[in-house]
Amino acid sequence: MSSTDLSIELTGLGLENPIILAAGVLGTTGTSLKRMAGEGAGAVVTKSIGSEPKEGHPNPTMLKLDCGFLNAMGLPNPSYKDFRKELSIASEGGVPVIASVFGAHPDEFQEIILGLEGASAYELNVSCPHASGYGTVVGTDPVLVEEITRAAKRTTDVPVWVKLTPNVTDIVEIGEAASRGGADAVVAINTVRSMAIDIHSGYPILGNLYGGLSGPAVRPVAVKCVYDLYKALDIPVIGVGGIGSWQDAVEMMMAGASAVQVGSAVYDNVNIFSEITSGLSAYLKANDHCLDDITGLAHRKVEQ
Amino acid sequence: MRPVNAEITEIIRETPTIITLRTDIELDAAPGQFVMVWVRGLDEIPMALSHPGSITVQRVGEATEALSRLEVGDSIGIRGPFGNGFEVKGEGRGDGDGGGGGNGEEYGDEKGNKIMVIAGGVGGAPLLPLAQQAQSLGLDVTILIGARTADELLFEEYFSKCGAFSVATDDGSKGHHGFITGAMDQFNLAGFDQFYICGPELMMKSVLDILQAAGLEAMAQLSLHRYFKCGIGVCGACTIDPSGLRVCRDGPVFSGDLLIKSELGKYHRDATGKKIMF
Repeated sequence: MSSTDLSIELTGLGLENPIILAAGVLGTTGTSLKRMAGEGAGAVVTKSIGSEPKEGHPNPTMLKLDCGFLNAMGLPNPSYKDFRKELSIASEGGVPVIASVFGAHPDEFQEIILGLEGASAYELNVSCPHASGYGTVVGTDPVLVEEITRAAKRTTDVPVWVKLTPNVTDIVEIGEAASRGGADAVVAINTVRSMAIDIHSGYPILGNLYGGLSGPAVRPVAVKCVYDLYKALDIPVIGVGGIGSWQDAVEMMMAGASAVQVGSAVYDNVNIFSEITSGLSAYLKANDHCLDDITGLAHRKVEQ
Repeated sequence: MRPVNAEITEIIRETPTIITLRTDIELDAAPGQFVMVWVRGLDEIPMALSHPGSITVQRVGEATEALSRLEVGDSIGIRGPFGNGFEVKGEGRGDGDGGGGGNGEEYGDEKGNKIMVIAGGVGGAPLLPLAQQAQSLGLDVTILIGARTADELLFEEYFSKCGAFSVATDDGSKGHHGFITGAMDQFNLAGFDQFYICGPELMMKSVLDILQAAGLEAMAQLSLHRYFKCGIGVCGACTIDPSGLRVCRDGPVFSGDLLIKSELGKYHRDATGKKIMF
């Protein structure tokens, strides 16, 4: 079968294809990450890992809505000390394994990165919208994002990606801060702050009361964020938010994404990675394009 | 889906620690599928359906304690049914296969039609609808139920109407004195075509070890319990080693040959994802 080569070099990492498993999805254990590698993911990102064990928020932690998914997991994780073994099992999957890490300040990020040696890259989670003291409260402050990124870069020689929150007035300002701190790439977007209420009782449904929206509803939001970041930054942008088909992936790349991440769409099908790569490959072949031709294409059209 | 509002219509005291909550909703669920039960403002937990509109609850923690305090007229939120459920083999016997041209009578041999249901404690909840369905399909059903004491035997009366029936109690207060595995000795296991098992994990592991020794592990279907978060196959909190399969979505029912090579009986994970040894 002659198929278009989808391999890319992303922040120095070699990926067989640009479709990556997003953080927080089927990434709690090494064998689950390995399974996703086997399903065709070009790389996999782990569940976000912190410095101490965390149970996360009470259930319900995730809901499927008509327009997408609402979740507030609350960063459950066994701490880096207990996750090391899982990371090494995940590495047996044969694709780059990116460790997602979260902390409240630069020192905490450094401690976790040092404790999780062996990851192919680190993705700094400064964007979880519903965990107190972490995530968005960190990621909406450009000074802190720059400091954390710089600290992470000082700690490790492997690439550092910074995952951004859309819950800000101007995501580009935060992306620029990450870039100044030395980020090798930015990842956009994390989930969009949101809420659902049970009309039978009046109770907010999520155990945490509110959470983050993902899935089809947020894709246009993500496309705009990626478009703006691509325009402003010199480092690669990794697009994430509502991608569930090869068409969605192509759109995100045209906005400026060098690679994309897939999260909630595993709900429909864990084989989504192979499905997207084969569709993408056929699309490129039919149009006589390579990946570089489509990344940022929308910008080139506008400039013409 | 958002939780559906389910009003409690009847509360049945099954044993000193187990109650059944009947509700005003009816779900089209296969035996072995589960629902996420939301006690508003507190927690949401996975529960087996013991009937299309009923859940059967043992008090084991805060959420189940809260469920056991509910009264008729109170309501809970229900999402589901989720998961795969048990596969009832022998179903559809007598149907042609579409290409063979044989007559239906050739399916009249008993192949696939003699099943054993093995339930420990509250593990009887998903197995009762399975036993009832198997009986209505005309299968030859043998049921073994076990509990710590006679008082804790679940659905004794209902199960006894579904086929050949035996019990085991740890303290010998009724039936076989000892674990349920001891009660399996009286049967020629090779004469059964399928085994359906649900109960405490170490009990399931012991039962599966016996079946494996007889070379029958591939004919067993076991319903596994793990800590669930999302319940819909996205978060990954309930995946099992080494397959990485999701208990909430790829399960909760798995075949014995898959589980014999798994973490079953060795460890599970807590809410943080940390391994907890059995």
